Amino acid sequence: MRIEARDIGRRLRDVTLLAEVTLHAPSGSTVGLLGPNGSGKSTLLRLLAGLDRPDDGRVLLDGVDRASLPRRAVARHVAVVSQHTPDDADLTVGDVVLLGRIPHRARLAPVTAGDLARTAAALARAGLAGWEHRAWPSLSGGERQRVAIARALVQEPDVLLLDEPTNHLDIHHRFALLEDLSRSSVTVVAALHDLDLAAQYCDETVLMDHGRVVACGPPSAVLTEERIERVFGVAAEVGSDRYGRHRVSLRAAPAEGP
Amino acid sequence: MKAVVTAAVLLASIAAAVTIGVADLSAVEVLRTVAAHAGLPVTPLPPLADSIVWDLRMPRVLLAALVGGGLAVCGAVLQALTRNPLADPYLLGISAGASTGAVGVLVLGLGAGTVALSAGAFAGSVAAFGVALLLAGSRWTQPARILLAGVATAQLFGALTSLTMVAAASPDSTRSTLFWLLGSLTAASWPSVALCTVTGAVVLLVCWASAPALDAFSFGADVAQSLGFSPSRVRAALFAATALLAAVLVASSGAIGFVGLTVPHLVRRLTGSRHRTLLPVCALAGATLLVWADTLARTAFAPHELPVGVVTALLGVPVFAWLFRRPTGAAALPTRRQAAKPTPARRPRQPV
Repeated sequence: MRIEARDIGRRLRDVTLLAEVTLHAPSGSTVGLLGPNGSGKSTLLRLLAGLDRPDDGRVLLDGVDRASLPRRAVARHVAVVSQHTPDDADLTVGDVVLLGRIPHRARLAPVTAGDLARTAAALARAGLAGWEHRAWPSLSGGERQRVAIARALVQEPDVLLLDEPTNHLDIHHRFALLEDLSRSSVTVVAALHDLDLAAQYCDETVLMDHGRVVACGPPSAVLTEERIERVFGVAAEVGSDRYGRHRVSLRAAPAEGP
Repeated sequence: MKAVVTAAVLLASIAAAVTIGVADLSAVEVLRTVAAHAGLPVTPLPPLADSIVWDLRMPRVLLAALVGGGLAVCGAVLQALTRNPLADPYLLGISAGASTGAVGVLVLGLGAGTVALSAGAFAGSVAAFGVALLLAGSRWTQPARILLAGVATAQLFGALTSLTMVAAASPDSTRSTLFWLLGSLTAASWPSVALCTVTGAVVLLVCWASAPALDAFSFGADVAQSLGFSPSRVRAALFAATALLAAVLVASSGAIGFVGLTVPHLVRRLTGSRHRTLLPVCALAGATLLVWADTLARTAFAPHELPVGVVTALLGVPVFAWLFRRPTGAAALPTRRQAAKPTPARRPRQPV
């Protein structure tokens, strides 16, 4: 399934959060949203996810305006992991992951053995096999993030929208997650802070600043030394590694002398 | 399974509670009365005993069960919707509105019968809910707004009640206010039982049908929305349904505290947090609790009666203290023996 944003904009009172953003994630691709704090990555993801409505433009799923589709039907195809999860939810890990099965079940139907099996499989995929009975508040930030992703995966989505899915993960799980997602047939749109990780694993990158798209395309075209310095204020060196992947290494910008 | 056990406990409690009281009656005598009223060919009890069972104790015990069950369900639903563990059925100023309404009826001389007072209390509750909605404004389905509006509404109606009482200065209005503030099942009657049964059944069904939405809400509105629910529609429907039930219950029994607050927390320890099981078990457990609380209220100092709200608070606070002392999510934590073992699969190097 492909997801597109056409000229979407979002305002909050007189502040423009997002303007004239167009994005196209082809079926099965992995798209990275990049940009400094406040550049509009999360706002864009919320609009793609249908959590907020765009003030201008449209979001399309396989060419159909998502606002015209029933919510439940969309939920069977699109899963969302937002940046924030509650700290104090009185739920077990199994309860949280099982939430992802709700769109696939009739309203009054009980949880099935199939739901439980899928939950167990998703937890195993997240490296948390057998954690169903752990209490959610007892988990660390990174563990919560992995449970939240397992919750999105049992939803069996065609499109997965992730807001900074790697920010609490250790180095191992950061790579494991991106590797897993870029190989899967799911269309992924993820806001990322790690430019090098995005350069290695994304098919497409969208660089944003001040609520607008600065550049979009394959990482090697978008992540140039000049652009990174201009948008992030950080000096960068870019190049290809021996596997032919685009790589970015960063260092602090030289202090501006008198 | 847990629901079946709690249902059995509730039925046994109702049967036992009907036999307990100043006049000692056996279970067989109670059964005979019920059978006689059901039109079965049994010899009825003498009129006085029959009246004690059928006109006094049966409606009272059944009303206790209905009120307790209804309050517990309202509490569980509101706690999930607002993601606030302190939410209770009187969240939206409903109990304060009830006493204002009842006192208003007395003072305006619209009648002093139970029906007039109950109708006044119901009108007051609905008015309070309306004021809370007005205060919360167009974004009223946001939990923080509705909670604040509820607090303000309760203050307003509390003040109106006091003002009416001072202005009227009649002992009747003072007694009536106390009744509605503390809660009591003395006014139980078959019509109130019927009204609470119908409202309770409808609201419980509506809430139970929304169980998956409540599960999702307890993990945040964004998650609920991404799972296909409309947060504003679900909240609007469930706030309205629980407010209606709370208003009907308050009108028949006054504001009985602590049941709606504590029972959901207790039951979560027993059943976990999935509302499909949680809501029916809450209904049954709340019913059982109030049946016994009311039995205690009418027998402990017989022939004097304690307001049942006093009993629920006296029982509820220690339970609350015990809940507080346990870590959050304690039901889900491994037991001490399991915890002694090293946690397996702590750091498996598998792809996420």
